Amino acid sequence: MTLHIPATEAQACAIVKSVIESGTPLSIIGGNTRAGLGRPTQTQSTLSSAGLTGITLYEPSEMVIGARAGTPLALVQETLAARGQMLPFEPMDHRALLGSEGEPTIGAVAAGNVSGPRRINAGAARDSLIGIRLVNGRGEAIKSGGRVMKNVTGLDLVKLVSGSYGTLGFLTEVIFRVLPVPERVVTLVWRGLSDEAAVALLSAALGSPFEPFAAAHLPEGIGADQARTLLRLENFSDSIDYRSRELGDLLRVHGAPEMIEGEASLELWHDVRDARFFSGTEEAVWRLSLAPTLGPKATATISARVPGARWFYDWGGGLVWLAVPAGEDAAAGAIRAAIKPLGGHATLVRAPAAIRASVPVFEPLAEPLMRVSTGIKTSFDPAGIFEPGRIYAGT
Amino acid sequence: MSAIAFPVPDQSILARRDAIIAGLARLVPAEALITSADERRPYETDALTAYRRLPMAVVLPSTTQEVAAIMKFCGEQGVPIVPRGAGTSLAGGAIPQEDAVVIGVSKMNRILAIDYANRVARVQAGVTNLAVTGEVSAEGFFYAPDPSSQLACSIGGNIGMNSGGAHCLKYGVTTNNVLGVTLVMLDGSIVEVGGAHLDAPGLDILGLIVGSEGQLGVVTEATVRILRSAEGARPVLFGFPTSEEAGAAVAAIIGAGIIPVAMEFMDKPAIEICEAFAKAGYPMDVEALLIIEVEGSDTEMDAQLARIVAIAREHGVKTVKESQSAMESAAIWKGRKSAFGATGRIADYICMDGTIPTGQLPYVLRRMDEIVKGYGLRVANVFHAGDGNLHPLILYNCNDPVEAQKAEDAGMDILKLCVEVGGCLTGEHGVGIEKRDLMTFQFNPEDLNQQMRVRAVFDQAWLLNPAKVFPLEGRVAA
Ligand SMILES: Cc1cc2nc3c(=O)[nH]c(=O)nc-3n(C[C@H](O)[C@@H](O)[C@@H](O)COP(=O)(O)OP(=O)(O)OC[C@H]3O[C@@H](n4cnc5c(N)ncnc54)[C@H](O)[C@@H]3O)c2cc1C
Ligand SMILES: Cc1cc2nc3c(=O)[nH]c(=O)nc-3n(C[C@H](O)[C@H](O)[C@H](O)COP(=O)(O)OP(=O)(O)OC[C@H]3O[C@@H](n4cnc5c(N)ncnc54)[C@H](O)[C@@H]3O)c2cc1C
Repeated sequence: MTLHIPATEAQACAIVKSVIESGTPLSIIGGNTRAGLGRPTQTQSTLSSAGLTGITLYEPSEMVIGARAGTPLALVQETLAARGQMLPFEPMDHRALLGSEGEPTIGAVAAGNVSGPRRINAGAARDSLIGIRLVNGRGEAIKSGGRVMKNVTGLDLVKLVSGSYGTLGFLTEVIFRVLPVPERVVTLVWRGLSDEAAVALLSAALGSPFEPFAAAHLPEGIGADQARTLLRLENFSDSIDYRSRELGDLLRVHGAPEMIEGEASLELWHDVRDARFFSGTEEAVWRLSLAPTLGPKATATISARVPGARWFYDWGGGLVWLAVPAGEDAAAGAIRAAIKPLGGHATLVRAPAAIRASVPVFEPLAEPLMRVSTGIKTSFDPAGIFEPGRIYAGT
Repeated sequence: MSAIAFPVPDQSILARRDAIIAGLARLVPAEALITSADERRPYETDALTAYRRLPMAVVLPSTTQEVAAIMKFCGEQGVPIVPRGAGTSLAGGAIPQEDAVVIGVSKMNRILAIDYANRVARVQAGVTNLAVTGEVSAEGFFYAPDPSSQLACSIGGNIGMNSGGAHCLKYGVTTNNVLGVTLVMLDGSIVEVGGAHLDAPGLDILGLIVGSEGQLGVVTEATVRILRSAEGARPVLFGFPTSEEAGAAVAAIIGAGIIPVAMEFMDKPAIEICEAFAKAGYPMDVEALLIIEVEGSDTEMDAQLARIVAIAREHGVKTVKESQSAMESAAIWKGRKSAFGATGRIADYICMDGTIPTGQLPYVLRRMDEIVKGYGLRVANVFHAGDGNLHPLILYNCNDPVEAQKAEDAGMDILKLCVEVGGCLTGEHGVGIEKRDLMTFQFNPEDLNQQMRVRAVFDQAWLLNPAKVFPLEGRVAA
C-alpha cells in the first residue's frame, strides 16, 4: 500500500505516468471522510490531494473563489464568510452519517457533486463549479471552464467530472461561483402533517412567488415525536417578515406555522443536510431521487415491503433519505423495484462493505447510457487506473 | 469574405446524392424531405450570414423514431449531419456543408406535458423558447433562460448552445434549467438522460450534452424546469457619466450582497441605436447606461431599489429613471432585447460574445475601443454586466470586402483580449465555426484532445456537425 502525496500538479502527473507503467490502480482521496461511499475498491496505492492546499483566487465582487483540491472545505467556507459570502449549494458533511473522521476537502465536494438542502433553489455543486484543473489517466494536466461564470467554450467537461468520484481523474484545482450570505434566515414549521399533505404544502410553497430556499419534511419519529414540515426563507429582513406572512396565509389549510430563527433553525437544517437522524445506527442508508410529488408514493410502497424502514424528505419531496435494516442486501431489490416505475433512482450511501460489494451502489444504467459512460471513463482513463469499480463493477 | 475554412466536400458522398436522397425518402413522408435548391436555400446559413453552404438535403422529421432512422441511415452511409433548430446561431453553429444532411427539428414543436406541482415541462426540441413561457404564464410560471432571440430560437438550439439571457444572473443559463433530454445517437439509438428528478445517476451526461453544439447527437425532447414568477418586476435606468463609474457601481452592488435579476450595460453608441428604435426613454446625455431589474412585491422592490440607488449615487450616477408602468417596462426591455436588430438597421455588424472577469471591465472597454478604432471601425457595446459577458457589436459594411475582413479581425483581437484577461471566447453564443480556430488560444492541445476524445465516444467518424468547435487540423478520434 503506497500513499502518494504530490505537492504540485506536475508531481501528480509524474505519479500517474509511473502508475500507468506499473499497472497498479490508484484510489484518489481528499480528506477520506467519504471512504465508506460507493463500491469498495481494491487498489494498492492511493493518490491524496493533501499536499495541494490553499486558496488560489478570491474576488468577492466577481463572486468567484478558486482553491487547490486538497484545501479543507472549512477553510473555503471561513474565507468566504469573512466577506459575507458562501458556497451556494450548502454541501453536506458526511462525517456524522458515515461515522468517519478527517477533514472534508473542496476537491471532493466537486468530485462528488455534494449538495445540500439549498440545491432546490440555488442549484447543485455542479451548477456552481465553473472551472477545474485535472490530471487525467494519461498523466496530462488539463483544464476545463475557468473563472468566469458564463462560459460555453467547448465541451463542458466540468459537469462530467463533477459527480465522477475520482473515476475520471485527479482534481488539482477547482473554481466555484459564490453568493452573498442572506441578511436573515428563518424557518417556518408546520406540525402533524401526513407525508402527502406535507409534500402538497411544499409543492404549493415552491410554486409560489415567495421563493423558499429549502423545503423538507420530517415524519413523526424523525428527530421528534410529531411530524414537522419545514420551509426556509432567506432574504432581507423586511422581505422575510412579508413573505412568511404571505406563505402562512397561502398555506393556512395546513394550520399556522411556527417561526424559528438563529441557532435553532441552523441546527435543524444541519440535521437535514447531513442526515444526522440516521447517524450512529446499524441501518443501511439510501438516497432516492424522484420527482417531488412521487416521494410519498415511493416510501409508501417501500414501507409495505420493508419492515422497519424510516425516512425523511428534502428538496420538496424529491430527495428521500431512507434507512432500512441492513440485512443481507439493504433491501435493494424492494427499493429499486418500488422506484423504478416512478422514474427515479436510488443510491446506497451507507452499508457494510460486504453489501456494497454485492449490491449495485449506484442505479444500474440501461444501455446505451452504460456504454456511453464506460466510453467516457475510457476516454479520460484508458488504462483504467483511477478508482476501478468505484461506481460500477468492471469499469 | 471567406476567412473561415470549411471541410472540403467529400466527392464520394456528392456522387451518391441521388441514392442518399432515395434512402432518406424511404424513411420520412415526402413533405419532410427537401431536395430542390430553392427550398434548401433558407437552410444555407444561420445568423452568421457572411457564410453560407447549400446542404445536400434537408429533412424535417416529426418524431424521435424518424430522427433515429435518419441518423442510423446517415451514420451507415458516412454522411455528415448538421442538426438545426431555428437557425439563429450567431456563431455559425447551424451552417451546413455541401455534403451534409440537415436534420431540422422545427416540426417537433409541441409542448407535451406541464406538471406545475413538480415545476417541470416536457417539450419537443423544436418548440420556441418563448412558447414555453407563453404556455405556462397564465399560471404565473416561466421558463428562465431568455435569449433576446427567444421569439424564434428553439429549445433544441438553446440546449445546443447552452444559451443564456438577460435574467440569468439570478436564474442561471440553459444547463441550470434542463433536467432531462431524449438524445438520438449516430447509430440511431435513443437515450433517455435525466428526467423530472433533480440529479441523474452516474456521470453527468446531461451536463455534457448541454452546450455540445449538435456534436453528440440530436435532442428531440427535453424536460425543463419552470419557475414561479415573482410578484412583480421593475427595470430601472441608471445613466453614468463614464463607463468606469458604471462598472464600479456594478461591483459595489454585488459587493453589498445584492443580486438583481438583471444588470445590463449599454454604452453611448448602443444607447443611441436602441433609443432610436424602441423609444424607451433612455437618457441620451450619458456615456453608459445600466438597466437593473429588481423583483418582488412593490414594497420589496422599493426597498431593494433604495439600496441600489444609494450605491449608484456613491458612484456618480447622473440619471435614475424608474419604470412607471408595465408599458414603460416593456419598452425598456424591448430596447435592450432588440439591440442586435436595431443595430442591423443602421449597419452590418458582427456580434462578439466573450466573457471577462468583471474587475477587468474598465480596461477591456478601453482596449476594445482602441482595437476597433485601430481598424477604422465603430463599435457599440451591450452586455450582461453582472457576469462580464460582453457583446461588442462591430459595425461595418458587408458589401466592402476589405472592411468586412477588418471587422472579423477586430472581433478576433477582442476575443483574444478576453482570454488574456482571464476570460473566455464565448459566454453564451457558442463556438460554431466563428471561434473554432481560436480554440487553441484558450486551450492547449491536451485540453482539446480530452474534449475530442469525449466527443469520439458519440461520433468516431466526425459526422455530427463536423465543421464546428474544434480546429480542422489536429483532430483526434479516440
Ligand atoms: C461512491 C460515492 C457515492 C457518494 N454518494 C453521495 C451521495 O449520494 N450524496 C452526497 O451528497 N455525497 C455523496 N458522496 C460524497 C462526496 O463524494 C464527498 O466525497 C466529498 O465531499 C468528500 O470529502 P473528502 O475530502 O473527505 O473526500 P474523500 O472521502 O477523500 O473522497 C470522496 C470522493 O471524492 C474523490 N476525490 C477526492 N479528492 C479528489 C480529487 N482531488 N480529485 C478527484 N477526485 C477526488 C474520491 O476519489 C472519492 O470518490 C459520494 C461519494 C462516493 C465516493
Ligand atoms: C437577434 C439575436 C439575438 C440573440 N440573443 C441571444 C441571447 O441573448 N443569448 C444567447 O445565448 N443567444 C442569443 N442569440 C443566439 C441564438 O439565438 C442562440 O444560440 C439560440 O439558442 C440558437 O437556437 P436555434 O434554435 O436558432 O438553434 P440553431 O441556430 O439552429 O442551432 C444552434 C446549435 O445547436 C445545434 N442544434 C440545434 N438544434 C439541435 C437539436 N435538436 N439537437 C442537437 N443540436 C441541436 C445546432 O447544430 C447548432 O450547433 C441571439 C441570436 C440572434 C440572431
